[in-house]
Amino acid sequence: MAGVAVSTTINGDNYEYLCQPDETLLDVLRDRLGLTGAKEGCGTGDCGACSVILDNRLVCSCLVLGAEAEGRTIETVEGMAQGDQLHTLQQKFLEHAALQCGICTPGFLIAAKDLLAKNPDPSEEEIRFGLAGNLCRCTGYDKIVRAVQDAATVMKGA
Amino acid sequence: MNFDPRFSGRQFKSVGTRPIRPDGVDKVTGRARYGADFSMAGQLVGRVLRSPHAHARIRGIDTSKAEQLPGVKAVITAADLPDLTNGDAAMFDILDNCMARTKALYDGHAVAAVAAVDARTARQALKLIEVDYEILPHVTDVDEAMQHGAPLINDAIFTEGLEEKPVKPSNVSKRTQYGHGDVHEGFGQADFIVERSFKTEQTHQGYIEPHACVANVSSDGTADLWVCTQGHFVYRQHCAQLLGMEASKLRVTSSEIGGGFGGKTHVWAEPVALALSRKAGRPVKLVMTRDEVFRASGPTSATSIDVKIGARKDGTITAAEATLRYTSGPYAGMWAEIGAMTAFACYRLDNVKTVGYEVLVNRPKTAAYRAPSAPMAAFAVESAVDELAKELGMDAVEFRIKNAAQEGTRSSYGPVYGPIGIGPTLEAAKDHPHMKAPLGKNQGRGMACGFWFNFGGQTCTDLNIGMDGSVSLAVGTVDVGGSRASLSLVAAEELGIDYSQVKAIVADTSSLGYNDMTDGSRGTFSSSMATISAARNAIKILRERAAQTWDIPVDDVVWEKGHAIARGEKYGNLAALSLKEIAAASGKTGGPIAGHSELVADGAGVSFATHICDIEVDPETGSTRVIRYTVVQDAGKAVHPTYVEGQYQGGAAQGIGWALNEEYIYGKDGRLQNAGFLDYRIPVCSDLPMIDTQILEIPNPNHPYGVRGVGETSIVPPLAAIANAVSNAAGVRMTHIPMSPPRILAAIEAEREG
Amino acid sequence: MVEVTLWGALGQLAGGKTKVEIEAKDIRELFRKLAEQYPAFEPWIDKGIAVAIDGTIYRDTWSKELPQGAEIFLLPRLAGG
Repeated sequence: MAGVAVSTTINGDNYEYLCQPDETLLDVLRDRLGLTGAKEGCGTGDCGACSVILDNRLVCSCLVLGAEAEGRTIETVEGMAQGDQLHTLQQKFLEHAALQCGICTPGFLIAAKDLLAKNPDPSEEEIRFGLAGNLCRCTGYDKIVRAVQDAATVMKGA
Repeated sequence: MNFDPRFSGRQFKSVGTRPIRPDGVDKVTGRARYGADFSMAGQLVGRVLRSPHAHARIRGIDTSKAEQLPGVKAVITAADLPDLTNGDAAMFDILDNCMARTKALYDGHAVAAVAAVDARTARQALKLIEVDYEILPHVTDVDEAMQHGAPLINDAIFTEGLEEKPVKPSNVSKRTQYGHGDVHEGFGQADFIVERSFKTEQTHQGYIEPHACVANVSSDGTADLWVCTQGHFVYRQHCAQLLGMEASKLRVTSSEIGGGFGGKTHVWAEPVALALSRKAGRPVKLVMTRDEVFRASGPTSATSIDVKIGARKDGTITAAEATLRYTSGPYAGMWAEIGAMTAFACYRLDNVKTVGYEVLVNRPKTAAYRAPSAPMAAFAVESAVDELAKELGMDAVEFRIKNAAQEGTRSSYGPVYGPIGIGPTLEAAKDHPHMKAPLGKNQGRGMACGFWFNFGGQTCTDLNIGMDGSVSLAVGTVDVGGSRASLSLVAAEELGIDYSQVKAIVADTSSLGYNDMTDGSRGTFSSSMATISAARNAIKILRERAAQTWDIPVDDVVWEKGHAIARGEKYGNLAALSLKEIAAASGKTGGPIAGHSELVADGAGVSFATHICDIEVDPETGSTRVIRYTVVQDAGKAVHPTYVEGQYQGGAAQGIGWALNEEYIYGKDGRLQNAGFLDYRIPVCSDLPMIDTQILEIPNPNHPYGVRGVGETSIVPPLAAIANAVSNAAGVRMTHIPMSPPRILAAIEAEREG
Repeated sequence: MVEVTLWGALGQLAGGKTKVEIEAKDIRELFRKLAEQYPAFEPWIDKGIAVAIDGTIYRDTWSKELPQGAEIFLLPRLAGG
């Protein structure tokens, strides 16, 4: 099967790749570009571990085709820190121990970043519903919600 | 050697603090490497063909067409994994579960596998494999499987544990019995008796990371395996045995693990990946899909439990009895036995009897899931205890306090308890503000207790001191929830240095001696003991080096706050030597400084918890909402309290999912109908409230710091606590888990109709 | 001489006895003598038997001493999560 040539922007950098027409964006990120921060937990858009921001919209990259990224802008967890400076959300996830195994963490960070971009001052309920597309099996979500609350407070003040 | 594990009360400097975990930055930046994040040059993609039938004889498998497909490099069946188990029945079951031999025993049972240049070719190849099945009658329900005339799953299984050896094979592989006293007499003394039957459905551990590995077998008989596992040393033993390799030639590296909860203590795909790599002569990466994870790995037992408890008017329990039937998948298990041991472990009973039946069904081989078997037994027992308290007109907490086990009590599974925490958790729950908070309309409060044994086991740790005085700690227990942080704290505590000077890693199987896996809540308990021992061995060398430097007897050198100090007035002018100074000079005082430890961390203290929860039930729809949740649990000593809280919260959340939503649903055809996270719904963020925690510290006498395991007990009480809350909210006793809206609504309507 | 209580399915291995008396100073000697007196124990010992000494469960420390008068229970080895 002939490959599709794609030119796209990921975390501010230009990428060009060939992918199969039926290949997901998640597979392209992980297997072709070496960006393994996004994880495959289900492949059916139920767990959110593969969350990326595509043109300012939170998506499950397992439900997007690699070919659909043509000419678009993608943000992944690898692009959150600036150099060695962690994003506030990353720092707060560490401080609050908002991760145990950490497999869901990249997806939660991306989903939380998208949430705070759209709603800088969310209530606990808004955080809980805003992150309801991401599954975590370790934490019971308590410390994740607290980390996002704390990050929102810091980011508002910034 | 000569390590004294006994508890000694001491003041802590590092232990009990809450620093950031050493593996944290990698995990928030996406750099941490999990099972599927590793690749090798030239690797092939492995895929597994699975039985669509619940029970079928495999008459033949034709792989020729798949083998001829361009890009396919290996196709294997059971013939490529010959039986090398040498009469070890448990290992044979593992082998048969990895690749079906004569019969497919459940929907999802592996029957063949391929390795191809890419995923598309591998998928096409699976479609070209022709399996000739003779479909057999199947059974998936625990009670039906026990009935006379049920389809027989294995005609070589005769029930063990009966007075007379049975003459006919059965789906019940074993009967076990625990208890003491005379329950018949005990019930005779009772003024009130509650007797009920309960059912719980099968659940999955639901780790977010599917099983994944990369296998690379070389033609010289050596091999590497990269894998997400709770125990890479155990995986090495199992894989080496099943493939006929020498263990030392198979190097297993554990990846970061994306959740396990017991589900990654068993091999499934790893021997298959190794066999594919061996045949293809290339590395093979094998990653399960979520569908495969549900259909083929994991699940806990489905159960059917009868409970009978009697008490006098004064609230003293006079007798307790339970019959527990647990599914073990299509192989013999010991899950009901664990249920039988744990069921009444919270109570002080003169007359107690539990009987367990291990039941074979056409479902995936049952695997451990966080305090395996205990939550279901606790659901049945704690529901009946609550009901009995009501009949007596006693407060649910007071009734439990009155009957709680204590130091010196003969446990329902046999031995007499040492110092334990059931009483204190109950007292703490009684005094907790949650207990007095007002409830709204349609809301009910429930509470329940839980018990788990906790394990220790074989453990090996290396502690190496660098020339700059920094410390690397190599442990062999996989870090499932922050143990590298807690073990770094322990090393810092013993050496008297700062946490930031210690870096802990999980070593591969060729770099460290054997370690049992991280199960039974043993990770921090066992490896902290080995770390303390290794640090003390290193301190002995540090003292020797200081003595050498000073040219004084080593017995005159003590170790305090990270420094060697010459003891005695005659050494008044000798300045203390820091660890850093001794390390810097090590090249000239005898070479590298290290401490090693190999030990069996036995004497893990048993653990108890009490949970309180408030549930709102919508009487029109039967839907539920968790309003408030509190966990009180004994940790012995919380090394890193934040991660202890995390274990409490995580266990409670898994229990909440089990109680309210999660279940395997099988069709009449014996096929799993909800093998995905959409239809097998685990709790999401908006389903839960904050989960409040209270850590009690009743020191374990068999650990230098008093540490007990904390990982598992937190999943034991939730099923019952929620059932009791629902019962109090809706006025109906729920006897079937999960309490999904249809079940609750049906119970409410049945109650209304009287 | 220590008195050992056989629990769960283990009693049947000793012909239905729930208690046996054995002269043993540690777990290793206990297992060796058990296997000599009751050969049915041997495969169980290989698979793993836990020993509770005064309430504390030992799974692998075969060098653990058995104090005189201690309460000793043999239990099946369990799985954990």
